[in-house]
Amino acid sequence: MTRAALNDRLLAFGSPLALFLLWELAAKAGWIDTRFFPAPSAILVRMWALSASGELWVNLQASLWRLFAGFIVGGIPALVLGIAAGLSRPVRIAIDPLVSATYPIPKSAVFPLILLIFGLGEASKIVMVAMGVFYPVLINAQAGVANIDRIYMDVAKNFRASRWQLFRTVAIPGALPPILAGVKLGLGMGLILIAIAEMIGADSGIGYMIWNAWQILSVETMYVGLVVIALIGFALSLVTDELEKFLVPWKRARG
Amino acid sequence: MRAAELQLSVALDAATSLEAAAPPPPKIRVERLVKRFGTFAAVDGISVDIAPGEFFVIVGPSGCGKTTLLRILAGLEEPTSGTIAIAPNDAGRPTNSMVFQGDSIFPWMSVYDNAAYGLAMRRRSKAEIAERVRPLLETTGLWRFRDRYPHQLSGGMRQRVSICRAFANDPDILLMDEPFSALDEQNKMLLHQELLRIWEETKKTVVFITHSVDEAVTLSDRIMVMTAHPGRSKAILDNPFGRPRDVVALRGDPVYGAFVFRIWEYLREEVRAAKLQEQEEGEA
Ligand SMILES: Nc1ncnc2c1ncn2[C@@H]1O[C@H](COP(=O)(O)OP(=O)(O)O)[C@@H](O)[C@H]1O
Ligand SMILES: [Mg+2]
Repeated sequence: MTRAALNDRLLAFGSPLALFLLWELAAKAGWIDTRFFPAPSAILVRMWALSASGELWVNLQASLWRLFAGFIVGGIPALVLGIAAGLSRPVRIAIDPLVSATYPIPKSAVFPLILLIFGLGEASKIVMVAMGVFYPVLINAQAGVANIDRIYMDVAKNFRASRWQLFRTVAIPGALPPILAGVKLGLGMGLILIAIAEMIGADSGIGYMIWNAWQILSVETMYVGLVVIALIGFALSLVTDELEKFLVPWKRARG
Repeated sequence: MRAAELQLSVALDAATSLEAAAPPPPKIRVERLVKRFGTFAAVDGISVDIAPGEFFVIVGPSGCGKTTLLRILAGLEEPTSGTIAIAPNDAGRPTNSMVFQGDSIFPWMSVYDNAAYGLAMRRRSKAEIAERVRPLLETTGLWRFRDRYPHQLSGGMRQRVSICRAFANDPDILLMDEPFSALDEQNKMLLHQELLRIWEETKKTVVFITHSVDEAVTLSDRIMVMTAHPGRSKAILDNPFGRPRDVVALRGDPVYGAFVFRIWEYLREEVRAAKLQEQEEGEA
Protein backbone atom coordinates (compact mmCIF):
# COMPACT_ATOMS: atom_id res chain seq x y z
CA MET A 1 0.00 0.00 0.00
CA THR A 2 1.35 3.42 -0.87
CA ARG A 3 1.63 6.21 1.65
CA ALA A 4 -1.24 8.11 0.04
CA ALA A 5 -3.50 5.04 0.10
CA LEU A 6 -2.64 4.45 3.74
CA ASN A 7 -3.51 8.05 4.53
CA ASP A 8 -6.85 7.63 2.74
CA ARG A 9 -7.64 4.55 4.81
CA LEU A 10 -6.74 6.27 8.06
CA LEU A 11 -8.94 9.20 7.15
CA ALA A 12 -11.87 7.02 6.07
CA PHE A 13 -11.85 4.97 9.27
CA GLY A 14 -10.54 7.67 11.52
CA SER A 15 -13.21 10.29 10.97
CA PRO A 16 -16.23 8.21 12.10
CA LEU A 17 -14.18 6.80 14.98
CA ALA A 18 -13.29 10.31 16.12
CA LEU A 19 -16.94 11.30 15.90
CA PHE A 20 -18.01 8.34 18.05
CA LEU A 21 -15.34 9.12 20.63
CA LEU A 22 -16.47 12.72 20.80
CA TRP A 23 -20.08 11.59 21.11
CA GLU A 24 -19.20 9.15 23.88
CA LEU A 25 -17.27 11.85 25.69
CA ALA A 26 -20.10 14.37 25.32
CA ALA A 27 -22.64 11.85 26.62
CA LYS A 28 -20.49 10.87 29.59
CA ALA A 29 -19.74 14.49 30.44
CA GLY A 30 -23.42 15.41 30.25
CA TRP A 31 -22.99 17.97 27.43
CA ILE A 32 -25.77 16.32 25.47
CA ASP A 33 -29.12 14.94 26.61
CA THR A 34 -28.73 11.15 26.74
CA ARG A 35 -32.49 10.71 26.57
CA PHE A 36 -32.18 11.67 22.90
CA PHE A 37 -28.53 10.91 22.24
CA PRO A 38 -27.52 7.87 24.29
CA ALA A 39 -23.81 7.14 24.46
CA PRO A 40 -22.49 4.84 21.72
CA SER A 41 -21.42 2.39 24.43
CA ALA A 42 -25.03 2.23 25.68
CA ILE A 43 -26.25 1.55 22.13
CA LEU A 44 -23.68 -1.23 21.77
CA VAL A 45 -24.77 -2.80 25.05
CA ARG A 46 -28.41 -2.74 23.88
CA MET A 47 -27.40 -4.21 20.57
CA TRP A 48 -25.69 -7.04 22.35
CA ALA A 49 -28.75 -7.70 24.51
CA LEU A 50 -31.13 -7.66 21.53
CA SER A 51 -28.91 -10.00 19.64
CA ALA A 52 -28.53 -12.39 22.59
CA SER A 53 -32.31 -12.55 23.05
CA GLY A 54 -32.69 -13.30 19.35
CA GLU A 55 -35.04 -10.37 18.82
CA LEU A 56 -32.59 -8.58 16.55
CA TRP A 57 -32.07 -11.62 14.34
CA VAL A 58 -35.76 -12.32 13.93
CA ASN A 59 -36.37 -8.75 12.80
CA LEU A 60 -33.30 -8.61 10.62
CA GLN A 61 -34.27 -11.81 8.90
CA ALA A 62 -37.82 -10.55 8.27
CA SER A 63 -36.53 -7.32 6.70
CA LEU A 64 -33.88 -9.03 4.58
CA TRP A 65 -36.37 -11.55 3.28
CA ARG A 66 -38.81 -8.80 2.25
CA LEU A 67 -35.99 -6.87 0.65
CA PHE A 68 -34.87 -9.89 -1.31
CA ALA A 69 -38.37 -10.93 -2.41
CA GLY A 70 -39.25 -7.37 -3.38
CA PHE A 71 -36.01 -7.04 -5.28
CA ILE A 72 -36.82 -10.11 -7.37
CA VAL A 73 -40.49 -9.21 -7.87
CA GLY A 74 -39.67 -5.63 -8.91
CA GLY A 75 -36.25 -6.05 -10.50
CA ILE A 76 -36.84 -8.81 -13.01
CA PRO A 77 -39.87 -7.30 -14.78
CA ALA A 78 -38.08 -3.93 -14.72
CA LEU A 79 -35.04 -5.46 -16.39
CA VAL A 80 -37.05 -7.17 -19.10
CA LEU A 81 -39.28 -4.16 -19.77
CA GLY A 82 -36.38 -1.72 -19.68
CA ILE A 83 -34.29 -3.67 -22.17
CA ALA A 84 -37.30 -4.24 -24.42
CA ALA A 85 -38.05 -0.52 -24.33
CA GLY A 86 -34.44 0.28 -25.13
CA LEU A 87 -34.48 -2.03 -28.13
CA SER A 88 -37.96 -1.46 -29.51
CA ARG A 89 -39.61 1.83 -30.38
CA PRO A 90 -43.21 0.60 -30.00
CA VAL A 91 -42.51 -0.76 -26.50
CA ARG A 92 -40.80 2.50 -25.58
CA ILE A 93 -43.70 4.57 -26.84
CA ALA A 94 -46.18 2.37 -24.99
CA ILE A 95 -44.51 2.49 -21.58
CA ASP A 96 -42.79 5.89 -21.47
CA PRO A 97 -45.89 7.93 -20.54
CA LEU A 98 -46.91 5.37 -17.90
CA VAL A 99 -43.48 5.46 -16.33
CA SER A 100 -43.17 9.25 -16.43
CA ALA A 101 -46.61 9.66 -14.86
CA THR A 102 -46.24 7.12 -12.05
CA TYR A 103 -42.55 7.56 -11.22
CA PRO A 104 -42.87 10.88 -9.35
CA ILE A 105 -45.62 9.58 -7.02
CA PRO A 106 -43.97 9.05 -3.62
CA LYS A 107 -44.14 5.32 -2.99
CA SER A 108 -44.76 5.92 0.71
CA ALA A 109 -47.95 7.79 -0.21
CA VAL A 110 -49.23 4.69 -1.96
CA PHE A 111 -48.70 2.45 1.04
CA PRO A 112 -52.21 2.81 2.51
CA LEU A 113 -53.60 1.73 -0.83
CA ILE A 114 -51.16 -1.17 -1.00
CA LEU A 115 -52.22 -2.23 2.51
CA LEU A 116 -55.84 -2.10 1.40
CA ILE A 117 -55.17 -4.23 -1.66
CA PHE A 118 -52.60 -6.69 -0.35
CA GLY A 119 -53.53 -6.81 3.30
CA LEU A 120 -51.35 -6.80 6.41
CA GLY A 121 -49.32 -9.87 5.42
CA GLU A 122 -45.99 -10.18 3.70
CA ALA A 123 -47.33 -9.27 0.25
CA SER A 124 -47.87 -5.57 0.98
CA LYS A 125 -44.29 -5.15 2.22
CA ILE A 126 -42.84 -7.02 -0.72
CA VAL A 127 -44.85 -4.90 -3.14
CA MET A 128 -43.49 -1.74 -1.52
CA VAL A 129 -39.89 -2.84 -2.01
CA ALA A 130 -40.70 -4.02 -5.53
CA MET A 131 -42.00 -0.56 -6.43
CA GLY A 132 -38.85 1.05 -5.10
CA VAL A 133 -36.61 -1.30 -7.08
CA PHE A 134 -38.73 -1.26 -10.24
CA TYR A 135 -38.26 2.34 -11.39
CA PRO A 136 -34.51 2.86 -11.13
CA VAL A 137 -33.81 -0.53 -12.73
CA LEU A 138 -36.31 0.09 -15.53
CA ILE A 139 -35.11 3.61 -16.28
CA ASN A 140 -31.42 2.68 -16.19
CA ALA A 141 -31.87 -0.47 -18.26
CA GLN A 142 -33.75 1.47 -20.92
CA ALA A 143 -31.22 4.30 -21.03
CA GLY A 144 -28.37 1.80 -20.90
CA VAL A 145 -29.61 -0.08 -23.95
CA ALA A 146 -30.52 3.09 -25.84
CA ASN A 147 -27.00 4.42 -25.29
CA ILE A 148 -25.21 1.37 -26.64
CA ASP A 149 -23.13 2.49 -29.60
CA ARG A 150 -25.09 1.85 -32.82
CA ILE A 151 -22.11 0.12 -34.39
CA TYR A 152 -22.48 -2.87 -32.03
CA MET A 153 -26.05 -3.38 -33.24
CA ASP A 154 -24.78 -3.21 -36.81
CA VAL A 155 -22.13 -5.81 -36.03
CA ALA A 156 -24.74 -8.13 -34.53
CA LYS A 157 -26.93 -7.62 -37.57
CA ASN A 158 -24.07 -8.19 -40.00
CA PHE A 159 -23.16 -11.43 -38.22
CA ARG A 160 -26.77 -12.56 -38.35
CA ALA A 161 -27.49 -12.56 -34.63
CA SER A 162 -31.08 -13.56 -33.89
CA ARG A 163 -33.22 -11.35 -31.66
CA TRP A 164 -32.39 -13.45 -28.65
CA GLN A 165 -28.68 -13.47 -29.54
CA LEU A 166 -28.71 -9.69 -29.92
CA PHE A 167 -30.31 -9.48 -26.49
CA ARG A 168 -27.78 -11.83 -24.92
CA THR A 169 -24.57 -10.73 -26.64
CA VAL A 170 -25.10 -6.99 -27.09
CA ALA A 171 -28.05 -5.50 -25.20
CA ILE A 172 -27.45 -7.12 -21.80
CA PRO A 173 -23.66 -6.79 -21.58
CA GLY A 174 -23.68 -3.35 -23.21
CA ALA A 175 -26.25 -2.02 -20.75
CA LEU A 176 -24.92 -3.86 -17.70
CA PRO A 177 -22.97 -1.00 -16.09
CA PRO A 178 -25.98 1.36 -15.95
CA ILE A 179 -28.23 -1.56 -14.99
CA LEU A 180 -26.02 -2.27 -11.99
CA ALA A 181 -26.12 1.42 -11.06
CA GLY A 182 -29.92 1.13 -11.23
CA VAL A 183 -29.83 -1.95 -9.01
CA LYS A 184 -27.83 -0.01 -6.43
CA LEU A 185 -30.28 2.87 -6.45
CA GLY A 186 -33.19 0.43 -6.35
CA LEU A 187 -31.83 -1.42 -3.34
CA GLY A 188 -31.35 1.87 -1.52
CA MET A 189 -34.92 2.86 -2.33
CA GLY A 190 -36.14 -0.59 -1.27
CA LEU A 191 -34.41 -0.22 2.09
CA ILE A 192 -36.07 3.14 2.72
CA LEU A 193 -39.48 1.78 1.79
CA ILE A 194 -39.22 -1.41 3.80
CA ALA A 195 -38.37 0.56 6.94
CA ILE A 196 -41.42 2.79 6.40
CA ALA A 197 -43.72 -0.08 5.55
CA GLU A 198 -42.69 -2.08 8.61
CA MET A 199 -43.38 0.86 10.89
CA ILE A 200 -47.00 1.05 9.82
CA GLY A 201 -48.16 -2.38 8.87
CA ALA A 202 -46.01 -5.12 10.33
CA ASP A 203 -45.24 -7.05 13.49
CA SER A 204 -41.67 -7.87 12.59
CA GLY A 205 -38.69 -6.30 10.84
CA ILE A 206 -36.20 -3.59 11.67
CA GLY A 207 -38.72 -0.85 10.88
CA TYR A 208 -41.17 -2.47 13.29
CA MET A 209 -38.43 -2.70 15.91
CA ILE A 210 -37.73 1.03 15.65
CA TRP A 211 -41.42 1.95 15.79
CA ASN A 212 -42.07 -0.34 18.72
CA ALA A 213 -39.09 1.17 20.54
CA TRP A 214 -40.53 4.62 20.07
CA GLN A 215 -43.84 3.50 21.53
CA ILE A 216 -42.14 2.19 24.66
CA LEU A 217 -39.61 5.03 24.68
CA SER A 218 -36.62 2.73 24.35
CA VAL A 219 -34.27 5.17 22.67
CA GLU A 220 -31.27 2.83 22.60
CA THR A 221 -33.26 0.26 20.64
CA MET A 222 -34.23 2.93 18.13
CA TYR A 223 -30.57 3.66 17.61
CA VAL A 224 -29.78 -0.03 17.25
CA GLY A 225 -32.39 -0.16 14.49
CA LEU A 226 -30.78 2.78 12.72
CA VAL A 227 -27.33 1.26 13.01
CA VAL A 228 -28.56 -2.04 11.62
CA ILE A 229 -30.22 -0.34 8.64
CA ALA A 230 -27.02 1.59 7.97
CA LEU A 231 -25.07 -1.68 8.12
CA ILE A 232 -27.50 -3.37 5.71
CA GLY A 233 -27.07 -0.48 3.29
CA PHE A 234 -23.30 -0.67 3.60
CA ALA A 235 -23.26 -4.44 3.08
CA LEU A 236 -25.53 -4.17 0.04
CA SER A 237 -23.24 -1.65 -1.57
CA LEU A 238 -20.24 -3.91 -0.91
CA VAL A 239 -22.07 -6.83 -2.48
CA THR A 240 -23.11 -4.86 -5.56
CA ASP A 241 -19.56 -3.54 -5.97
CA GLU A 242 -18.23 -7.09 -5.91
CA LEU A 243 -20.98 -8.16 -8.29
CA GLU A 244 -19.95 -5.37 -10.63
CA LYS A 245 -16.32 -6.46 -10.60
CA PHE A 246 -17.44 -9.97 -11.41
CA LEU A 247 -19.99 -9.09 -14.10
CA VAL A 248 -18.21 -6.17 -15.75
CA PRO A 249 -14.57 -7.24 -15.90
CA TRP A 250 -14.04 -5.25 -19.09
CA LYS A 251 -14.61 -1.96 -17.28
CA ARG A 252 -11.68 -2.37 -14.95
CA ALA A 253 -8.76 0.00 -15.23
CA ARG A 254 -6.29 -0.65 -18.01
CA GLY A 255 -4.16 -3.67 -17.10
CA MET B 1 2.07 -18.27 -66.65
CA ARG B 2 -1.20 -18.59 -64.78
CA ALA B 3 -2.94 -16.35 -67.24
CA ALA B 4 -1.69 -18.48 -70.08
CA GLU B 5 -3.05 -21.60 -68.41
CA LEU B 6 -6.35 -19.91 -67.87
CA GLN B 7 -6.60 -18.82 -71.48
CA LEU B 8 -5.81 -22.31 -72.60
CA SER B 9 -8.48 -23.83 -70.42
CA VAL B 10 -10.99 -21.21 -71.55
CA ALA B 11 -10.15 -22.03 -75.17
CA LEU B 12 -10.65 -25.73 -74.48
CA ASP B 13 -13.96 -25.07 -72.77
CA ALA B 14 -15.05 -22.88 -75.65
CA ALA B 15 -14.42 -25.71 -78.02
CA THR B 16 -16.84 -27.94 -76.13
CA SER B 17 -19.42 -25.41 -75.02
CA LEU B 18 -20.27 -21.97 -76.31
CA GLU B 19 -21.69 -20.78 -73.00
CA ALA B 20 -18.49 -21.36 -71.07
CA ALA B 21 -16.71 -18.71 -73.11
CA ALA B 22 -19.06 -16.00 -71.84
CA PRO B 23 -17.66 -13.98 -68.89
CA PRO B 24 -18.84 -15.36 -65.55
CA PRO B 25 -21.92 -13.66 -64.12
CA PRO B 26 -20.93 -10.97 -61.61
CA LYS B 27 -20.86 -11.79 -57.91
CA ILE B 28 -22.12 -8.32 -57.13
CA ARG B 29 -24.06 -6.14 -59.56
CA VAL B 30 -24.66 -2.54 -58.54
CA GLU B 31 -26.98 -0.55 -60.79
CA ARG B 32 -27.65 3.19 -60.65
CA LEU B 33 -27.38 3.08 -56.88
CA VAL B 34 -28.50 6.22 -55.08
CA LYS B 35 -28.55 6.84 -51.34
CA ARG B 36 -29.89 10.08 -49.90
CA PHE B 37 -29.99 11.11 -46.28
CA GLY B 38 -32.86 13.57 -46.42
CA THR B 39 -31.96 15.70 -49.44
CA PHE B 40 -28.23 15.02 -49.07
CA ALA B 41 -26.98 12.57 -51.71
CA ALA B 42 -24.25 10.40 -50.20
CA VAL B 43 -24.10 7.99 -53.15
CA ASP B 44 -25.29 9.33 -56.48
CA GLY B 45 -25.80 6.76 -59.21
CA ILE B 46 -23.04 4.18 -58.99
CA SER B 47 -23.07 1.19 -61.34
CA VAL B 48 -20.43 -1.51 -61.24
CA ASP B 49 -20.09 -5.27 -61.67
CA ILE B 50 -17.73 -7.14 -59.38
CA ALA B 51 -16.62 -10.61 -60.50
CA PRO B 52 -16.57 -13.69 -58.27
CA GLY B 53 -13.24 -13.87 -56.49
CA GLU B 54 -12.29 -10.33 -57.46
CA PHE B 55 -10.34 -8.04 -55.15
CA PHE B 56 -12.13 -4.75 -55.73
CA VAL B 57 -10.76 -1.61 -54.09
CA ILE B 58 -12.52 1.72 -53.68
CA VAL B 59 -10.57 4.93 -53.10
CA GLY B 60 -11.98 8.39 -52.67
CA PRO B 61 -11.76 11.50 -50.51
CA SER B 62 -13.26 11.19 -47.06
CA GLY B 63 -16.99 11.89 -46.93
CA CYS B 64 -17.53 10.80 -50.53
CA GLY B 65 -19.85 7.93 -49.64
CA LYS B 66 -17.54 4.90 -49.50
CA THR B 67 -18.80 3.64 -46.17
CA THR B 68 -22.39 4.24 -47.23
CA LEU B 69 -21.88 2.15 -50.36
CA LEU B 70 -20.35 -0.67 -48.34
CA ARG B 71 -23.13 -0.57 -45.76
CA ILE B 72 -25.68 -0.93 -48.54
CA LEU B 73 -23.78 -3.94 -49.87
CA ALA B 74 -23.83 -5.38 -46.34
CA GLY B 75 -27.59 -4.90 -46.11
CA LEU B 76 -27.24 -2.46 -43.20
CA GLU B 77 -28.69 0.41 -45.21
CA GLU B 78 -31.52 0.50 -47.76
CA PRO B 79 -30.78 2.19 -51.10
CA THR B 80 -32.95 5.18 -51.98
CA SER B 81 -33.10 3.96 -55.56
CA GLY B 82 -31.21 1.61 -57.82
CA THR B 83 -30.46 -2.01 -57.09
CA ILE B 84 -27.80 -4.33 -55.85
CA ALA B 85 -27.86 -8.00 -56.73
CA ILE B 86 -25.61 -10.55 -55.10
CA ALA B 87 -25.23 -13.98 -56.67
CA PRO B 88 -26.27 -16.70 -54.22
CA ASN B 89 -23.50 -18.84 -52.79
CA ASP B 90 -22.99 -22.49 -52.07
CA ALA B 91 -25.17 -23.52 -49.17
CA GLY B 92 -24.39 -22.69 -45.59
CA ARG B 93 -21.84 -19.92 -45.88
CA PRO B 94 -22.78 -16.38 -44.89
CA THR B 95 -23.14 -13.95 -47.78
CA ASN B 96 -20.94 -11.21 -46.38
CA SER B 97 -18.99 -10.17 -43.32
CA MET B 98 -17.86 -6.65 -42.69
CA VAL B 99 -14.73 -5.22 -41.15
CA PHE B 100 -16.16 -1.96 -39.87
CA GLN B 101 -14.37 1.36 -40.00
CA GLY B 102 -12.99 2.27 -36.58
CA ASP B 103 -13.56 0.46 -33.29
CA SER B 104 -16.28 -2.13 -33.57
CA ILE B 105 -15.22 -5.13 -31.50
CA PHE B 106 -17.29 -5.72 -28.37
CA PRO B 107 -15.62 -4.25 -25.27
CA TRP B 108 -17.34 -6.91 -23.16
CA MET B 109 -15.88 -9.91 -24.97
CA SER B 110 -12.37 -11.33 -24.90
CA VAL B 111 -10.26 -11.26 -28.05
CA TYR B 112 -11.12 -14.91 -28.64
CA ASP B 113 -14.87 -14.48 -28.18
CA ASN B 114 -14.85 -11.45 -30.44
CA ALA B 115 -13.09 -13.36 -33.19
CA ALA B 116 -15.48 -16.28 -32.72
CA TYR B 117 -18.59 -14.10 -32.78
CA GLY B 118 -19.93 -14.91 -36.25
CA LEU B 119 -19.39 -18.63 -35.79
CA ALA B 120 -21.01 -18.56 -32.36
CA MET B 121 -24.05 -16.77 -33.79
CA ARG B 122 -24.27 -19.57 -36.35
CA ARG B 123 -24.12 -22.09 -33.50
CA ARG B 124 -20.99 -23.86 -34.68
CA SER B 125 -19.40 -26.40 -32.34
CA LYS B 126 -16.63 -25.35 -29.95
CA ALA B 127 -14.18 -27.54 -31.84
CA GLU B 128 -15.00 -26.02 -35.21
CA ILE B 129 -14.76 -22.52 -33.78
CA ALA B 130 -11.34 -23.27 -32.30
CA GLU B 131 -10.19 -24.78 -35.56
CA ARG B 132 -11.06 -21.63 -37.48
CA VAL B 133 -10.23 -18.96 -34.92
CA ARG B 134 -6.88 -20.17 -33.64
CA PRO B 135 -4.89 -20.01 -36.90
CA LEU B 136 -6.25 -16.54 -37.62
CA LEU B 137 -5.33 -15.25 -34.18
CA GLU B 138 -1.90 -16.82 -34.60
CA THR B 139 -1.15 -15.23 -37.98
CA THR B 140 -2.28 -11.84 -36.72
CA GLY B 141 -0.14 -12.18 -33.60
CA LEU B 142 -3.12 -12.14 -31.25
CA TRP B 143 -3.14 -15.69 -29.92
CA ARG B 144 -1.11 -14.69 -26.83
CA PHE B 145 -3.73 -12.05 -26.08
CA ARG B 146 -6.80 -14.22 -26.65
CA ASP B 147 -8.11 -13.79 -23.09
CA ARG B 148 -7.59 -10.04 -22.98
CA TYR B 149 -10.37 -7.52 -23.21
CA PRO B 150 -10.27 -4.83 -25.92
CA HIS B 151 -9.44 -2.02 -23.49
CA GLN B 152 -6.18 -3.84 -22.79
CA LEU B 153 -5.14 -3.73 -26.47
CA SER B 154 -3.71 -1.09 -28.77
CA GLY B 155 -5.87 0.37 -31.54
CA GLY B 156 -4.02 -1.65 -34.15
CA MET B 157 -4.58 -4.88 -32.23
CA ARG B 158 -8.29 -4.15 -31.91
CA GLN B 159 -8.48 -3.61 -35.64
CA ARG B 160 -6.78 -6.97 -36.20
CA VAL B 161 -9.38 -8.63 -33.97
CA SER B 162 -12.07 -7.12 -36.14
CA ILE B 163 -10.37 -8.54 -39.24
CA CYS B 164 -10.15 -11.99 -37.62
CA ARG B 165 -13.83 -11.80 -36.72
CA ALA B 166 -14.79 -11.28 -40.36
CA PHE B 167 -12.39 -13.89 -41.73
CA ALA B 168 -13.33 -16.54 -39.15
CA ASN B 169 -16.92 -16.28 -40.28
CA ASP B 170 -15.81 -17.58 -43.70
CA PRO B 171 -18.17 -15.43 -45.76
CA ASP B 172 -18.60 -15.41 -49.53
CA ILE B 173 -17.88 -11.70 -49.71
CA LEU B 174 -15.57 -9.73 -47.44
CA LEU B 175 -16.43 -6.07 -47.01
CA MET B 176 -13.50 -4.17 -45.54
CA ASP B 177 -13.81 -0.52 -44.59
CA GLU B 178 -10.35 1.01 -44.13
CA PRO B 179 -9.31 -2.01 -42.07
CA PHE B 180 -5.62 -1.19 -41.85
CA SER B 181 -5.79 2.55 -41.23
CA ALA B 182 -4.97 2.17 -37.52
CA LEU B 183 -1.86 0.05 -38.18
CA ASP B 184 1.76 1.10 -38.47
CA GLU B 185 3.58 0.52 -41.77
CA GLN B 186 5.37 -2.69 -40.75
CA ASN B 187 2.24 -4.38 -39.45
CA LYS B 188 0.35 -3.16 -42.48
CA MET B 189 2.89 -4.75 -44.80
CA LEU B 190 2.67 -8.10 -42.98
CA LEU B 191 -1.10 -8.06 -43.01
CA HIS B 192 -1.24 -7.12 -46.69
CA GLN B 193 0.82 -10.18 -47.51
CA GLU B 194 -1.28 -12.32 -45.18
CA LEU B 195 -4.54 -10.98 -46.58
CA LEU B 196 -3.41 -11.74 -50.13
CA ARG B 197 -2.32 -15.23 -49.11
CA ILE B 198 -5.67 -16.03 -47.50
CA TRP B 199 -7.56 -14.44 -50.37
CA GLU B 200 -5.63 -16.46 -52.95
CA GLU B 201 -6.37 -19.63 -50.98
CA THR B 202 -10.05 -19.00 -50.45
CA LYS B 203 -10.92 -16.99 -53.57
CA LYS B 204 -13.37 -14.81 -51.74
CA THR B 205 -14.81 -11.72 -53.35
CA VAL B 206 -13.39 -8.71 -51.53
CA VAL B 207 -14.65 -5.13 -51.56
CA PHE B 208 -12.02 -3.06 -49.84
CA ILE B 209 -12.10 0.63 -48.98
CA THR B 210 -8.97 2.63 -48.38
CA HIS B 211 -7.71 6.19 -48.54
CA SER B 212 -4.22 4.92 -49.30
CA VAL B 213 -3.33 4.73 -52.99
CA ASP B 214 -0.36 2.48 -52.22
CA GLU B 215 -2.64 0.06 -50.44
CA ALA B 216 -5.06 0.10 -53.37
CA VAL B 217 -2.29 -0.75 -55.83
CA THR B 218 -0.79 -3.42 -53.58
CA LEU B 219 -4.01 -5.33 -53.10
CA SER B 220 -6.43 -4.76 -55.95
CA ASP B 221 -7.52 -6.40 -59.17
CA ARG B 222 -9.42 -3.23 -60.02
CA ILE B 223 -9.65 0.17 -58.41
CA MET B 224 -12.68 2.43 -58.40
CA VAL B 225 -11.87 6.10 -57.82
CA MET B 226 -14.86 7.96 -56.40
CA THR B 227 -15.68 11.62 -56.83
CA ALA B 228 -16.06 13.99 -53.90
CA HIS B 229 -19.62 14.56 -52.75
CA PRO B 230 -21.93 13.51 -54.28
CA GLY B 231 -20.28 10.09 -54.52
CA ARG B 232 -20.03 8.84 -58.07
CA SER B 233 -17.66 6.49 -59.82
CA LYS B 234 -15.02 8.63 -61.52
CA ALA B 235 -12.92 5.85 -63.04
CA ILE B 236 -12.41 2.13 -62.73
CA LEU B 237 -8.80 1.11 -63.38
CA ASP B 238 -7.34 -2.32 -64.05
CA ASN B 239 -4.35 -3.12 -61.89
CA PRO B 240 -1.42 -4.05 -64.15
CA PHE B 241 0.18 -6.33 -61.58
CA GLY B 242 -0.43 -10.07 -61.79
CA ARG B 243 -0.76 -12.69 -59.07
CA PRO B 244 0.65 -13.92 -56.85
CA ARG B 245 2.26 -10.73 -55.63
CA ASP B 246 5.10 -9.86 -53.34
CA VAL B 247 3.94 -6.73 -51.58
CA VAL B 248 7.51 -5.47 -51.18
CA ALA B 249 8.97 -6.40 -54.57
CA LEU B 250 5.95 -4.75 -56.17
CA ARG B 251 7.17 -1.33 -55.11
CA GLY B 252 10.47 -1.75 -56.90
CA ASP B 253 8.73 -2.29 -60.25
CA PRO B 254 8.92 0.72 -62.60
CA VAL B 255 5.24 0.22 -63.46
CA TYR B 256 4.37 0.82 -59.79
CA GLY B 257 5.19 4.52 -59.71
CA ALA B 258 3.45 5.18 -63.00
CA PHE B 259 0.27 3.45 -61.84
CA VAL B 260 0.24 5.22 -58.49
CA PHE B 261 0.70 8.49 -60.37
CA ARG B 262 -2.24 7.72 -62.64
CA ILE B 263 -4.55 7.13 -59.71
CA TRP B 264 -3.36 10.28 -58.01
CA GLU B 265 -4.20 12.27 -61.12
CA TYR B 266 -7.80 11.11 -60.86
CA LEU B 267 -7.87 11.58 -57.14
CA ARG B 268 -6.15 14.94 -56.90
CA GLU B 269 -9.00 17.13 -58.05
CA GLU B 270 -11.52 15.14 -56.01
CA VAL B 271 -9.51 15.60 -52.86
CA ARG B 272 -9.32 19.32 -53.64
CA ALA B 273 -13.07 19.44 -54.24
CA ALA B 274 -13.69 17.66 -50.94
CA LYS B 275 -11.44 20.14 -49.12
CA LEU B 276 -13.31 23.06 -50.67
CA GLN B 277 -16.66 21.57 -49.66
CA GLU B 278 -15.38 21.17 -46.13
CA GLN B 279 -14.28 24.80 -46.02
CA GLU B 280 -17.63 25.98 -47.37
CA GLU B 281 -19.42 23.95 -44.73
CA GLY B 282 -17.14 25.45 -42.11
CA GLU B 283 -17.98 28.97 -43.28
CA ALA B 284 -21.71 28.31 -43.65
N1 LIG C 1 -26.84 8.13 -41.31
C1 LIG C 1 -26.47 9.26 -41.95
N2 LIG C 1 -27.25 10.36 -41.88
C2 LIG C 1 -26.91 11.50 -42.51
N3 LIG C 1 -25.80 11.65 -43.24
C3 LIG C 1 -24.97 10.61 -43.35
C4 LIG C 1 -25.26 9.36 -42.70
N4 LIG C 1 -24.24 8.49 -42.98
C5 LIG C 1 -23.38 9.19 -43.75
N5 LIG C 1 -23.81 10.43 -43.98
C6 LIG C 1 -23.13 11.45 -44.80
O1 LIG C 1 -22.90 10.89 -46.07
C7 LIG C 1 -21.63 11.27 -46.56
C8 LIG C 1 -20.81 10.05 -46.91
O2 LIG C 1 -20.47 9.39 -45.71
P1 LIG C 1 -19.57 8.09 -45.70
O3 LIG C 1 -20.19 7.08 -46.58
O4 LIG C 1 -19.35 7.72 -44.29
O5 LIG C 1 -18.22 8.66 -46.34
P2 LIG C 1 -16.77 8.00 -46.43
O6 LIG C 1 -16.85 6.64 -45.84
O7 LIG C 1 -16.43 8.02 -47.87
O8 LIG C 1 -15.86 8.90 -45.66
C9 LIG C 1 -20.97 12.13 -45.47
O9 LIG C 1 -21.10 13.48 -45.81
C10 LIG C 1 -21.77 11.80 -44.24
O10 LIG C 1 -21.84 12.92 -43.38
MG1 LIG D 1 -15.84 5.84 -44.26
